[in-house]
Amino acid sequence: MSNSAGSTVIQWPESLYHTFHRKPGGGQESTHYCPGCGHGVLHKLIAEAMDDLGIRERTIFLSPVGCSVFGYYYFNCGNVQVAHGRAPAVGTGVKRALPHSIVISYQGDGDLAAIGTSNILHAANRGESITVFFVNNAIYGMTGGQMAPTTLEGQRTSTTPRGRVIEETGYPLRMSELLSTLHAPVYIERVALTDAKHIMAARRAVRKALKAQVDGKGFSMVEVLSPCPIGWKMEPSKAKEWVKEHLMPAFPLGVYKDVIAEREPRVRSAPELNVEGVEELFAAEPTVERTGEPTWEGIAERYREPQIKIAGFGGQGVLFLGSLLANVALRKNFHVTWLPAYGPESRGGTANCNVVISQDPVASPMVSKPTVLMALNGPSLERFEPHLLPGGVLVYNSTLISQPPSRKDVEVVAVPATAVADELGHTRVANLVMLGAFLGHTGMFTQAEVEVTMDQTLKQAAMMELNRQAVERGFGSVG
Amino acid sequence: MAVELVKGNDALLRGAVLAGCRTFYGYPITPSSEIAESAASVLPTLGGTFVQSECEVAAIQMVYGAASAGERVMTASSSPGISLKQEGISYLVGSELPAVIIDIMRGGPGLGNIAPAQGDYFQMVKGGGHGDYRLIVLAPNSPQEMCDLAMLAFELADRYRNPAVVLSDGFTGQMMEAVEFPPPVSELPEKEWAVRATAETAGNLINSIRLDPEELEEHVINLFAKYARIEAVEARWEEVQTEDAELVLVGYGFVSRLLKAALGRVRSRGLRVGMLRPITLWPFPSQRLRELADTAKGFLVAELSTGQMVEDVRLAVDGRRPVAFHGRYGGAVPSVDELVAAIEKAYPEEGRSA
Ligand SMILES: Cc1ncc(C[n+]2csc(CCOP(=O)(O)OP(=O)(O)O)c2C)c(N)n1
Ligand code: SF4
Repeated sequence: MSNSAGSTVIQWPESLYHTFHRKPGGGQESTHYCPGCGHGVLHKLIAEAMDDLGIRERTIFLSPVGCSVFGYYYFNCGNVQVAHGRAPAVGTGVKRALPHSIVISYQGDGDLAAIGTSNILHAANRGESITVFFVNNAIYGMTGGQMAPTTLEGQRTSTTPRGRVIEETGYPLRMSELLSTLHAPVYIERVALTDAKHIMAARRAVRKALKAQVDGKGFSMVEVLSPCPIGWKMEPSKAKEWVKEHLMPAFPLGVYKDVIAEREPRVRSAPELNVEGVEELFAAEPTVERTGEPTWEGIAERYREPQIKIAGFGGQGVLFLGSLLANVALRKNFHVTWLPAYGPESRGGTANCNVVISQDPVASPMVSKPTVLMALNGPSLERFEPHLLPGGVLVYNSTLISQPPSRKDVEVVAVPATAVADELGHTRVANLVMLGAFLGHTGMFTQAEVEVTMDQTLKQAAMMELNRQAVERGFGSVG
Repeated sequence: MAVELVKGNDALLRGAVLAGCRTFYGYPITPSSEIAESAASVLPTLGGTFVQSECEVAAIQMVYGAASAGERVMTASSSPGISLKQEGISYLVGSELPAVIIDIMRGGPGLGNIAPAQGDYFQMVKGGGHGDYRLIVLAPNSPQEMCDLAMLAFELADRYRNPAVVLSDGFTGQMMEAVEFPPPVSELPEKEWAVRATAETAGNLINSIRLDPEELEEHVINLFAKYARIEAVEARWEEVQTEDAELVLVGYGFVSRLLKAALGRVRSRGLRVGMLRPITLWPFPSQRLRELADTAKGFLVAELSTGQMVEDVRLAVDGRRPVAFHGRYGGAVPSVDELVAAIEKAYPEEGRSA
């Protein structure tokens, strides 16, 4: 492509720079492409379509890694140079940020069909509203003529010096066929840059693909069989013949998918700051009102500054029990931390969390030697009883744990939590019965304080009465 | 004053939203997935974008696209996923694009495990990707800081047109603590360099290729001039009882909390121990450590790794004082008892007699 050599173009498209100021040396009028290369021809077809559709200023052209890495030398629009194979992912980011933009993902066959296969497949499958121009020249041009996924059987390249062997390297990948099996794409066509007739067809396809994006229809792609005289080690005229004789039979031209007419335009809006929306959204989060100075006055010395471990099986609500207790303490202006066991440790049916309540900022939220253990089931008791500090408090769910704890150096509180919860008609509030019993026994916080905290932090008003009753029964159970 | 008991991961996403981020791209991986899940729930309701990408490689490239368009954009992952993002991170730096990357570190190498670890210090602070660059790396140690440093990360990324990282761990992500949230940012900086699909920005180019060695060298020189400015003003740290400290503990993130608990214990026994907690891992508070080496007789670094940050402490102290190290790794976490023992071992003899 040189701007004086257009055979079928009368006017130089505005969407291409007239002189290539970004090209080293500056102000040049010739491109970096080899004579007879298909890239330049395709650039011109794209630029003309951009002109005709009046989209130059809102087009963002993604230059890949490959011979067209310098696409931004030429295209007179917003330009982003991207990593090898990743243009469809980058295009996703650009288009979602700027729904009014026209995103062109320009890619070679190594770029699109090898390193970037997953990106093109998923962008197509998501129906990203971008247009892909896929230059299939059956070789890696930029890096000096290595095999591409589209290299033909028997074709010699620098990495298939004896010709491509199918048994070793697989078959030429037919991306248009492959992608047209997906539901989301609206338009996929394969064209060739050989003679005037085929270039005319290519021009129509390019325009149609871009128009589909302008109309908000979704993902479109044009695969372009394109000569690479240098990579193929041929004269330019011979290369054109080679496209006809070898590439076209292996990669049949045609429309592989066209559902443009039947698809409704999809309009996305650009992300906005929406500060009021943010304030509104977070206003609904459960907050507690901190009141007063944290004090242990009136609480027995041994219950102060507790390091609490709460354990049971998944579904017993031990994490919730811990967070409610932490919130009760937080409301009273204590420093609190809550740390759950996560991952495999919390699978296999067990769950536990650590709660630390202190008048001072909590250093470590990890509780390896608890002063309080609340065990809601047998395995939890077994596992954590040995770690409880001498003089500590052990509250256990006596409904599910028939074998009482063996430790004699700790205070043991038996709570028939599950039985009480069942009486209330909801097994799952056993955790709140446990909480009530623990607080009732230690006097750490009052029933009223738990209720206020629940009012401030729990959303489900319908459950409130049941929760309240469970806590009350817990407090009552230790009289 | 209304406060919330919030998980670190939730506080972080909320901080990002308060900072004006409306765009998230990511691929699930424990223990960072909750951030993606919160993003999926929150961002679309605000008219923002959440995409679960096909892989981490794609996620960081989507971030590249959104950042090119001038968005405040983020991704979150955990260690193996971060390894996959490294090419994209290098491109972001090369093209001087602001973006925020969250790494909730887990045990490695390999698939490792999902327990808390700090083995990604090298890959984030020293550059896990190719080429000469730095990332701004922030290391929260509480849910409050997960929010605050997420917000700061967006601000610094935009101010310096460089990716910023919040480097955290599974414990800080999972724990709940009281958080007071600041009001949302109501105005975002202009980015006249971005491609915005407008007439004014149609001449803009986002690009990391510089074929001519001289041109690339100049670009790197400019980057490092920028980094020198960042180093001069952006280092942040917290100090605890360093005034009279014979031994200075150094730890970041979750470990700093364990160290602080151990510090409380040994102080009550009369050992004069202090702590410096780097909040920015890059820029590293080297200058302050150098000053502390004038008065302290030794340093003890603790990490959830075999020793990565300790190299930066040793560089700062420059052989003037012994720098001891205590590490646990593979997802194991030291007990406070263990750290107390390490402190007693590292405590300088002269300090004991003084
Ligand atoms: C991650 C990565 N791997 C490999 C390369 C080297 N590389 C540059 S271009 C290219 C192949 C280009 O071939 P193609 O996509 O067919 O484009 P063409 O040059 O033929 O136009 C390769 C392998 C790279 N730049 N980045
Ligand atoms: S190597 Fe091939 S694809 Fe690359 S510019 Fe030359 S002819 Fe075109």
